[in-house]
Amino acid sequence: MKSATGYQGIPRWIYAIAAVGGLLVVLPLAAMLAKVNWPQFFPLITSESSLAALGLSLRTSAASTVLCIVLGVPLALVLARGEFPGQRLLRSFVLLPLVLPPVVGGIALLYTFGRQGLLGKSLEVAGIQIAFSTTAVVLAQTFVALPFLVVSLEGALRSAGNRYEAVAATLGARPTTVLRRVTLPLVLPGLASGAVLSFARSLGEFGATLTFAGSLEGVTRTLPLEIYLQRETDADAAVALSLVLVAVAVAVVGLSYGRQRSTTPSEVHA
Amino acid sequence: MSFEVHASLRARNFEMSLSLNDGETVAILGPNGAGKSTLLGVISGLLRPDSGAARIGDKELFRLDGGTRLWSPPHLRGTALLAQEALLFPHLNALDNVAFGPRSAGASRTAARETAEHWLAEVDALPLAKRRPAQLSGGQAQRVAVARALAADPELLLLDEPMAALDIHAAPLLRRVLKRVLKDRKAIIVTHDVLDAYMLADRVIVVERGRIAEEGPTRQVLERPRSHFAAGLAGLNLVTGTITEDGITTPDGRVFAGQHDSGWSPSPGQAGVAAFPPSSVSVFLGDVHGSPRNSFAVTITDLEPHGDQIRVRAGGGSSAPSLSADITPAASADLGLVPGMDVRFVVKSALVSVYPA
Amino acid sequence: MRTFHLKKSIVAMTVAVGLTSALAACGTPAPATTPSSSGSTSQLSGTVTVFAAASLKSTFTRLAKDFEAKNPGTKVTLSFAGSSDLVTQISQGAPADVFASADTKNMTKLADAKLLDGSATNFATNVLEIAVPPSNPASISSFADLAKSGVKVVTCASQVPCGAATDTVEKASGITLSPVSEESSVTDVLGKVTSGEADAGLVYVTDVKGAGDRVKGIPFPESDKAVNTYPIATVSSSQNKELAAAFIAAVTSEEGKKVLGDAGFGAP
Repeated sequence: MKSATGYQGIPRWIYAIAAVGGLLVVLPLAAMLAKVNWPQFFPLITSESSLAALGLSLRTSAASTVLCIVLGVPLALVLARGEFPGQRLLRSFVLLPLVLPPVVGGIALLYTFGRQGLLGKSLEVAGIQIAFSTTAVVLAQTFVALPFLVVSLEGALRSAGNRYEAVAATLGARPTTVLRRVTLPLVLPGLASGAVLSFARSLGEFGATLTFAGSLEGVTRTLPLEIYLQRETDADAAVALSLVLVAVAVAVVGLSYGRQRSTTPSEVHA
Repeated sequence: MSFEVHASLRARNFEMSLSLNDGETVAILGPNGAGKSTLLGVISGLLRPDSGAARIGDKELFRLDGGTRLWSPPHLRGTALLAQEALLFPHLNALDNVAFGPRSAGASRTAARETAEHWLAEVDALPLAKRRPAQLSGGQAQRVAVARALAADPELLLLDEPMAALDIHAAPLLRRVLKRVLKDRKAIIVTHDVLDAYMLADRVIVVERGRIAEEGPTRQVLERPRSHFAAGLAGLNLVTGTITEDGITTPDGRVFAGQHDSGWSPSPGQAGVAAFPPSSVSVFLGDVHGSPRNSFAVTITDLEPHGDQIRVRAGGGSSAPSLSADITPAASADLGLVPGMDVRFVVKSALVSVYPA
Repeated sequence: MRTFHLKKSIVAMTVAVGLTSALAACGTPAPATTPSSSGSTSQLSGTVTVFAAASLKSTFTRLAKDFEAKNPGTKVTLSFAGSSDLVTQISQGAPADVFASADTKNMTKLADAKLLDGSATNFATNVLEIAVPPSNPASISSFADLAKSGVKVVTCASQVPCGAATDTVEKASGITLSPVSEESSVTDVLGKVTSGEADAGLVYVTDVKGAGDRVKGIPFPESDKAVNTYPIATVSSSQNKELAAAFIAAVTSEEGKKVLGDAGFGAP
C-alpha cells in the first residue's frame, strides 16, 4: 500500500514532534525496563500470588471481551443502522465510560449490583451475590471496555454502508441471515480490533474493580491490583509484574495489528 | 403473472404507475434524477413510498392507502436487484456469492452449489467459480452478479444501469449475456444506453422529473420519439408544434415541412412533432438560394466530433429548441464555423417525419 | 473602557497567581526557609513542609492551623499519602522537612537510608477496631464473630500496615478470618462497609471516628496485640530544621496530644 519512493507530503518538522510524542510513550517504559531486577525477575513473576493474579486477569479479560461482543455488537448495530428516538443520547451514554474515571464507574456499579444496589437487592433475594466475586470483576471490566468495542464496530459499520445488505435482502435473505452472512463478515476486521481493544482495556482495568469488586487473591485481585498492592512493600515485584502486563498488552495489540495488515478490510472491487 | 405498480413519493416528486406482462422486459430511460432508481427502490422494498400499491400476480408487494399499510419486506418480494456496481460479497468466492440466494431460500449446501454452477455457466463465468470478487475484473464481477441475481429465482429482475460502470470492452459481452437470460423473463432495466433498449427491451418507458413522459414498443419510441429525451437518445432533432397540411408550425412561427406516415391523414390544428436526423440538415452562410422553406437563422453554440462528421449544435433564439446538423470536417473548415457564428440551417423536407404528439 | 482595564488586570492577576502556585507546586524551595534571626526561638518564620501518613490528615490539618496561628509568619505545607509512598518520594528527593509515618517500619527505612536528622519520636498510637454498618446487619459484637460463616469481612492486605496489624491480631488470638476482600487501603475497607457490601471491616479506631455516623465502631480486647506506633522525625535534607523541630514539638505537646486523642489516637 505504501510505496517507499512515493511522495509523502509530510513536512520534516512533523517528524521532530512525532518523535517527542513517541518518546513520551516509549521512554517511561524503557525507564521501567531499566529498573527491573533481572536476577530476581523470574522468581518474582512466578510467585504464587503473581501467577494467580495473571491467570485471573487473563480469564476475566477473556470473559469480559466475550460479554463485550455479545452486548456490544447489537449496540453498535442499533447505533449505526437503527433509527429511534434518543439514539444520540444513547450513544453519548454508551461512550461515557471512555471519559469517566474508572473509580466513578466502580461506584456506579456498586450502587447497581451491590448488596444494597438497584438490582443487587433483587439479585440477593434470588440468591445471586455479585459483590466480591469474580463476576463483579468481569462486570467492572465490561463496563469500562464496552465503549471500545462499540466505537470501533460502529465506525466499521458506518464506513461499510449498507449497500451489500440491501442486495442480500433482495436476494431473499432474512435480516438475521443478512446479519450473519453479510454484515458481520464484512465488519469482521473492525469487530476484531474492537475486541482486542476491549481485551486490552479489561486487562488494564483497575479503578472500577478496586471500588466495586474488592481485592482477594485468585478471586478478585487482578494483575493491576496485585501490582498496586505489591508496590506497598516490594517495588521489585511491582516493576516485574508491570513488565508482564506491558508484555501481554503489547502481544495482544501487536498480534491484532499484524493480522489486520495482512487481511486488509474488505477492499471492494467495483 | 403480470406485475403492476403505482406509487408516489412526495419528497422526491415521484409519481409513476406501470405494469409488465409475463415475460416482458421494459427499459426505463430518462435523464439523471428523473426517478429511475427511486422506482426500482420502491419495487424492491428498499424505499417506502407515501402511497401506492404493487403486486406480482396475486402476491401483494405493498399497499399503502388510507387504511391499509401492507408492506412486504425486501426478502419476501422475489425482486432481485442488480446495481451499477456488482456488489459481490467480498468475503465469499464467486460460487458462494451465486449460491447466496438459494442458501437464503433454504436450499442445502450442495443443492445451492449446483444451482450456482448452473447460473455461472449461463453467464459464461464457470471458470471463475473459485475466485474472490477482488480477483475479478469489472465485467466478470458484473456477470457473476447477474448469475447471483438469477440464482435467487426472482419473479421480477431489476437492473439498475448494469452496464454503466463497465469499460467499453466488457459491456458487449454482458449485453449478450443479458439478452440471453432476459428472454421470456419479467425484468425492468434502467439504462442510459439506447442500444440496451434496442437489444434487451420489448418496451421502453421514458421518465422525466419523476413522471412517465412517454412509453411504447422500443422501436416506435426510438423511431417516432415524442419526448426530447427519447429523441436525444435516438439521435434525432425533435420539434413540437401544430400540424399543418404539409408539416408543422412551431409556436414561434417557423414552418417545418415534412413527410407524413402513410395511412395517417393529418388534421390541421392538432399537436404534432417533426423529427429529422442531423444528417438531413445543411449549414449555409448568409442568404439562401432556392426554397425558403425549412430554412432557419440560427446561432452556433457548439461544435463537436461525431463519428467522422462534425456535429454543429445551434440554438434558434431563446424559445426555439436547439437543433443539430452533421457536416463533413472539410465543409466545416471551408465555412470557418465557430461557436457564436450566425448561420442558416436548411432541412431536407424529404427526411422530416411529421406525426401527432 | 474601565471594565476592559479591570478585566485585563484580573487576567494578569490570575495568570500571576497561577504561575506562582504552579512554581510552588513544582517544589522549588521558598527562599524564606532560612530563619531570619537564627538565635531567637520565639521568632520563627518561613515554610515547613510536612509529609504525613494519610490517616493523620484531619489531625495534622488542625495542628498545622494552630501552629500557624501561634507563630505568625510561618506556613505549614502538608502532603498526605500512604507512608510507603511518602518514603519513596523522600528517597527520590522530595522537599520534605518533617515526616510523620503511620508505622515504625517505614520510618526505619528512612533512618537506614540516612535520610533522618536525629532520631524519630513516637507521638501517637492507633489500634484496630471493627467497623460495621450502622444497622450492624450481621450482629457483630466481638472479634470472634468475624470468623462466623456467612459474615462478609473486609480487611487490609498484609502488605499494608493495617493488614499487618490484622495478621498479628489473628495470630495472637488464634482466630483465623476468611475475608471476602483484602483491600490495599483503609479507605477501600471503609468504602465497602459504608456501602453495605461488607458486614464488617477491620480498620483503625481513628478511621472509625473519622467516618462519623456512616459506620459504627466495635472495640475488641484482642486489638492490644497489635498497637501501631506513629513516629515523627526531621528529614536530613530540611532547609529549615529549626521550624521542623518546632512543628514536631507542637505535635508532641499537651495540646497536640489532646487533638490527637480527640481523633481516637492513643498516647505512646
